[in-house]
Amino acid sequence: MQKKGVNTFWGYLFIFPQLAGLLVFALLPLVMAVVLAFMKWDGFGAKVFVGFANFAYTFKDPDFLIALKNTTFYTVMVVPGTIIFGILIAVGLNKVRGKMLYRIFYYMPSITSSVAVAVVFLWIFNSDFGLINVYLKQWFHIQGPKWLTDTHIVLPSIALLSIWWGVGGNMILFLAGLQGISASYYEAAQIDGASKLQQFRHITIPLLTPTTFFATIVSIIGSFQVFDQSFIMTGGGPSKASYTLVYHIYQRAFVDFTFGRSAAGAIVLFVIILLLTAIQLRMGRRWVHYEG
Amino acid sequence: MAKANVHHAQRTETGVLAKRRAGGQAAGILLHAVLIFGALIMTLPFIWMLLSAFKDLSQIFLVPPRWIPHPFIWSNFKNSWNYLPFGTAYFNSLYINVIVVAAQLVTCSMAAYAFAKIRFPLRDSLFVLFLATMMVPEQVTIIPLYLIMKWFGWIDTHLPLIVPSSLINAFGVFLLRQFVKSIPPELEEAAIVDGAGRWTLYSRITMPLIKPALSALGIFTFLGMWNSFFKPLIFLNSPEKFTVPMMLNQFRGQYTTDWALLMAASSIAILPVLIVYMIGQRYIIEGVTLTGIKG
Repeated sequence: MQKKGVNTFWGYLFIFPQLAGLLVFALLPLVMAVVLAFMKWDGFGAKVFVGFANFAYTFKDPDFLIALKNTTFYTVMVVPGTIIFGILIAVGLNKVRGKMLYRIFYYMPSITSSVAVAVVFLWIFNSDFGLINVYLKQWFHIQGPKWLTDTHIVLPSIALLSIWWGVGGNMILFLAGLQGISASYYEAAQIDGASKLQQFRHITIPLLTPTTFFATIVSIIGSFQVFDQSFIMTGGGPSKASYTLVYHIYQRAFVDFTFGRSAAGAIVLFVIILLLTAIQLRMGRRWVHYEG
Repeated sequence: MAKANVHHAQRTETGVLAKRRAGGQAAGILLHAVLIFGALIMTLPFIWMLLSAFKDLSQIFLVPPRWIPHPFIWSNFKNSWNYLPFGTAYFNSLYINVIVVAAQLVTCSMAAYAFAKIRFPLRDSLFVLFLATMMVPEQVTIIPLYLIMKWFGWIDTHLPLIVPSSLINAFGVFLLRQFVKSIPPELEEAAIVDGAGRWTLYSRITMPLIKPALSALGIFTFLGMWNSFFKPLIFLNSPEKFTVPMMLNQFRGQYTTDWALLMAASSIAILPVLIVYMIGQRYIIEGVTLTGIKG
């Protein structure tokens, strides 16, 4: 009988493909990235051990600091944006007729390629003949901003696009979360005479905190990795105003061929993400409410 | 007197209910108006893209813009398709996707089955290790991955896109494991009494029961792979090896001013994901719902 006993052979046979992939394409590269961060290397010559020099350089590197500032600013705009709109849309859709059809439309941007989306928005954001500015002028007689070419506006523009692009994903998470809330809470609240707004504030929001928690972590991890939009639409510009951390890693590795510095930047990005996640896990204990 | 009071109470009751219902209807209409407005914001860029793909340059720069093309110019699609080898890119993306989706369904479901139903040493530690890899951003490992691929001699081939994606998807293992765990053990026990081996338990009993999860994973993988831009950008150099997003980016670099052609090319690029999405969108919801993110 193989029912309850330990079954080492079959267990390892079944996980072998994924385990091999994990070792060769995830763990080995991770170890190599750490080692590389302590090396000076241009990809061709000899590797030279330089200790913490790459990290010291990274923290003084003006490009890295700009990238860090931009990425943080971007995250501060995008994460609350996709979370708040995600909750509102999900609550609006939860019980409404034609929910399925709405859901298709709201999630559509999230499934489309970043390149196609970036190409379309290059046009929509064009300051002279793009849709937004043309209508601003026609309807309100306002000269619209230079969405992608003004150093102060380019990052909010890209954030706006990212919110539009990513809100559908969070909406689906919140819809799933709403499905898990028992109707009896609302019935009880209704009997007690609670208004819709009070029900939203005291039932929906608290019972959605586990989903909000999960969505926040995933959104922050995702937005710290922003790259495609600024690479395609602005090339990180104007004057590095949309230059992001991943752009920096890409630039140092595959344009400047300073692999060690790039790896150090990547490790710093990883540590930032780990720290932010750890902080959230810690704070989560205070505000996340689990049922039962 | 008492009767009148009851009557009065009833009247007020129905009055309140009617008022509430009327209020509910108004709120419902308002909700739909808001939701339709939101849905328009989400879809107008696509509609604009598709309609513009049928315009010529004189229509493109009309102020105020006219949404409906007049006349419809069909040749933009043919021209954008022919200017760059979009056909090749399509073929590349499709065959890479088919291999990766098929391979992932097999490898992820096998691992998921083992993690859920087989007891073996280090099982739980290994599972935690799998989950932990989800935290590592792909940019952290991209340089070493590039070096490994160079060492294999795989740069500028499709193998760096196919092999790692086929063999590692911690999210996929996690997703499927949630489903396998929910299958009652009695089913397996009955099959074991009938003399079924491990492989039969996996392929004949478990696989058919987790079809919805497999569909969800297949769709997630397809969408993610089709849209992936960063990895092809790193690993591919020759245009004939490009995938669809890369070809579109190349096209953008060359035809930044011909917006009609660009819009036609973008429409062509997103068509397959829209089709897959429309067909499989209910599995996406099921997949998310059942990953257990409720906590």
